[in-house]
Amino acid sequence: MNPPVATPFFFYLLSGTMLIGGILVITRRNAVHSALALIAALLAQAGLYLMLYAPFVAGVQIILYAGGIMVLFLFVIMLVNLERAQKERQFNKQWLVGIAAAGALGGLFITIYTKGKGIFPDHAMPSGLEAQNTQGVGVLLYGQYMFAFEIASLLLLVAIIGAVVMAKKRI
Amino acid sequence: MQPIIDYITSYLNSNKTPGAAGNFFWAFVYILLVFVGLSVAVIAMNWLERKILAHMQVRLGPMRVGPHGLLQPIADAIKLLLKEDIMPAEADGFVFWIAPFIVVLAAFTVFVVVPFGPTHAITDMNIGILFMLGVSSLSVLGIVMAGWASNSHYPLIGALRSSAQMVSYEVAMGLAVVSAILMTSLHGLGLYGAGGVGTGDTGTLSMIGIVQAQQEQGVWFVFKFFPLGLIAFFIFAIAMVAETNRAPFDLPEAESELTAGFHTEYSGFRWSLFFLAEYSAMIAVSSIAVTLWLGGWLRPFPNLLHGATWDLVFNLFPGITFLFLAALCFYSTARMPKHPYFKIQTMGLAGFGAMLGLIGLVLFIPAVFVRVQDIYWFAIKVAAFMYLYIWYRGTFPRYRFDQLMKVGWKILLPMGLGLLILTAGMGMRSELWIGVVVPLWHWVANIL
Repeated sequence: MNPPVATPFFFYLLSGTMLIGGILVITRRNAVHSALALIAALLAQAGLYLMLYAPFVAGVQIILYAGGIMVLFLFVIMLVNLERAQKERQFNKQWLVGIAAAGALGGLFITIYTKGKGIFPDHAMPSGLEAQNTQGVGVLLYGQYMFAFEIASLLLLVAIIGAVVMAKKRI
Repeated sequence: MQPIIDYITSYLNSNKTPGAAGNFFWAFVYILLVFVGLSVAVIAMNWLERKILAHMQVRLGPMRVGPHGLLQPIADAIKLLLKEDIMPAEADGFVFWIAPFIVVLAAFTVFVVVPFGPTHAITDMNIGILFMLGVSSLSVLGIVMAGWASNSHYPLIGALRSSAQMVSYEVAMGLAVVSAILMTSLHGLGLYGAGGVGTGDTGTLSMIGIVQAQQEQGVWFVFKFFPLGLIAFFIFAIAMVAETNRAPFDLPEAESELTAGFHTEYSGFRWSLFFLAEYSAMIAVSSIAVTLWLGGWLRPFPNLLHGATWDLVFNLFPGITFLFLAALCFYSTARMPKHPYFKIQTMGLAGFGAMLGLIGLVLFIPAVFVRVQDIYWFAIKVAAFMYLYIWYRGTFPRYRFDQLMKVGWKILLPMGLGLLILTAGMGMRSELWIGVVVPLWHWVANIL
């Protein structure tokens, strides 16, 4: 029997990376630095998925977010004239609402964590799940949740067509 | 002491990769072996590329450092390490510093799941191919960071081109890969040897599992559902050249337009990291292609030429290859100029040939060739791809950027989508047969 990989040490390491990355995203003045911190946070999140024995979700997280979306983010940021944006005063008129919303969400999390212990399983997940994870996701998506899956893909298709229509004046 | 020895030897009896067996010692040994092998391959590639390109252009290529320029890569490495390391004054220090490391990390980490043999991989992951695609897609981040942090015009343009190009070709590449993954679960109906049973109800993403599926079905996926597998392979073979920024898709570092593209401002050791990453990324994508379509470590013609005699013949190939290389060395030794000035070089070349010959002789020992022949077939297939890379560079002119985008989005992407639908349709064929045609036949037979 292999020793468990999902030790508390890795959990705290990954969570710490994620938290620091998240804080850096909103505190850096330079937009490229923010984007890089966001990538670090997303990669740490992929690591957390791995610790939950969900390798498929972790892989998709890396391909889609870190490798795909963030590259496009950086692409757009580099096209914008950063030097002028940096000199401008950075402001946000809705900081009061933002703090209230963040506080409410945090309170919700804390309440669930302290009061809702019954929701979470109190024992470790059975190992061996990892080997069948991808297959399990596939069977569920194309079997039990076929309808929801197709609806979601239709929504995305609408979004893609909408983006093309808005970007191109004459098709 | 005894528990440690037991721990080390216990792996030798298990029939798994070190990662799957959970043996840290052997995993570390494998990591070292892969790292050293990869570095040697990059050095060899450096020399081969210059020589082959030169011969294609009717030149001699490097001839001065060592016999036939054999020591040229080592001289280059020393030059790069001794060079002054320059960082532009207005560069973004941290990002400039970390970018080459990200590129190298991404290029080397993917080799964790590359299957050199049924047990010769560092580890086997449930998401193997997904892991390879994901981690290799991270290298574009390093390139973009390098281009932006240099704070200079040419690198920025190179980085923009690179990110646009890689994101575009990743889509077509992904579609081709998905069609190959679909094939792991589809039982064939005889056409082009696509028989046998699948690997259970669902397919697999594991790199070792994909090769084993090809073994069980008795067909390399490049020939499966002919010509669907071939088209998927063709799409991947184009997209992988674009992904690695090589000619004719080398717009991010087009030297005639952008000096050197995203690594214009890099020098010395940092530049050599980009170089290392580019070549190991080439080897990595080639090994994806070999694993998915060309049967990975499987030897050619396992169905047609089987039996103990043919097994032995194919097992002798590694030794014969090395003896052939040794013979080439000795031939060149005999042709070296007889002037005393070349005495040391001649002796060195003869020594190199003797070393290759010795390796070849060792490979004729049955205990050795049984264990390394998987690695040999895998390496020889990857080497064929590496030669193709050089060949492309020697023959194709560089694409214009709009042509590049057109090929990616208007040709490869629709082809990939159609291919995916057709492959899924071929998979449905057996279900159609069992679910529709057979009941219909019974129905008709009952009426008659």
